[in-house]
Amino acid sequence: MGKMHETAAQIFINAFLANNFVLAMFLGLCPFIGVSGKLETAVPMGVASTFVMLVASLCAFGINILLAHLDLEFLRLIAYIVIIASTVQLVEMVLKKYSPSLFRALGIYLPLITTNCAVLGVALFQTARDYDFIQSITFAIGAGAGFTLALVLMASVRERLQLSDVPAVAQGTALSLMLAGILSLAFMGFAGLGG
Amino acid sequence: MNASTTERWDEFMEGIWRQNPLFVMVLGLCPALAVTVSAVNALSMGLATTFVLTCSCVLVSLLRKLIPKEVRIATYIVIIATFVTVVDYLIQAISLALYDALGAFIQLIVVNCIILGRAEAHASKNPLLPTLINALGMSAGFTLGLFALGSVREILGAGAFFGVSLFGPDFQPWVVMVLPPGGFFVLGAWLLIFAAIARRKQKKLAEQGVGGQNA
Repeated sequence: MGKMHETAAQIFINAFLANNFVLAMFLGLCPFIGVSGKLETAVPMGVASTFVMLVASLCAFGINILLAHLDLEFLRLIAYIVIIASTVQLVEMVLKKYSPSLFRALGIYLPLITTNCAVLGVALFQTARDYDFIQSITFAIGAGAGFTLALVLMASVRERLQLSDVPAVAQGTALSLMLAGILSLAFMGFAGLGG
Repeated sequence: MNASTTERWDEFMEGIWRQNPLFVMVLGLCPALAVTVSAVNALSMGLATTFVLTCSCVLVSLLRKLIPKEVRIATYIVIIATFVTVVDYLIQAISLALYDALGAFIQLIVVNCIILGRAEAHASKNPLLPTLINALGMSAGFTLGLFALGSVREILGAGAFFGVSLFGPDFQPWVVMVLPPGGFFVLGAWLLIFAAIARRKQKKLAEQGVGGQNA
């Protein structure tokens, strides 16, 4: 799409705030709704996802060159997903060894990072926008930071909400979605910040 | 014969109503919110997902005895990714405008939790026919859900339905509805409606239960 002129700072701000992955692009909503109940799981989840995004972005960059070289570009999607799945497996093994309690707290959502659209989204968008190496890395870090930010904001609000009196019918996902809508409205205020 | 037909119908309807992937299980949110700015987009996304879900589930079901347990998730993902690549090229060939409108979200069908969930929870354990029916029911439920979201957002946000203007030139469109926050609000509102219906039903059942005991 020819966005070569974007500077690294602009890409970061765009991915982090103005086009926040969760609140403006609707990527990674499953963990956003699922793990944002408590602040102490939201932060490690965000960090783990950011790491996977960074690795996926690096690998995707390499895969693109390789596949273009071999003229096998139709295999791109399959290659991405295999890379992401193996990275997640790696993170899972590391966490299991060094922090079993965290491993249990994240539960099913850890392997589900594989199916986190935000991770695949990073790889796909950087390809669609023809980002170079530096741009790709900044994009991945910005997207990961944005994902973590959204998760932390949501978790903080939901922790407060547990103490308040909510009509029974609105409890659960419906309320989370309404909250996300309000957060998303707030994030629209950042539009145009990244130039 | 008759009983089994009813059973099949039941299983089909389960995906549409009792276990609707979007409104009851709240899965596959990303495509559901991102592409439903208009009824057309929602419907095409639903059809693309239907194709991938049905084909992958059928293949998984056929291969279920061949796939080793240890690598099953990876196998499912590769199967799904293959069909998504097919759909991706298909849409590109049929309509470039639609392809641009849906963008990366066609390829993101790979990570739609509904598909992997169905492959793992249903197709890997059941023979072909039940799998096919279940997959079709689920896809129909998902497509209906997307359509419900897309039409509400298009009617409110653009004052149109399938691109046809509904309210005349004086209508002031509620633009926020086609912007990201609108997606969250509309889905939240649908979930509220569904929760309200479920609660009312429960109440009714409870009252009937009490009435039955008295009589």
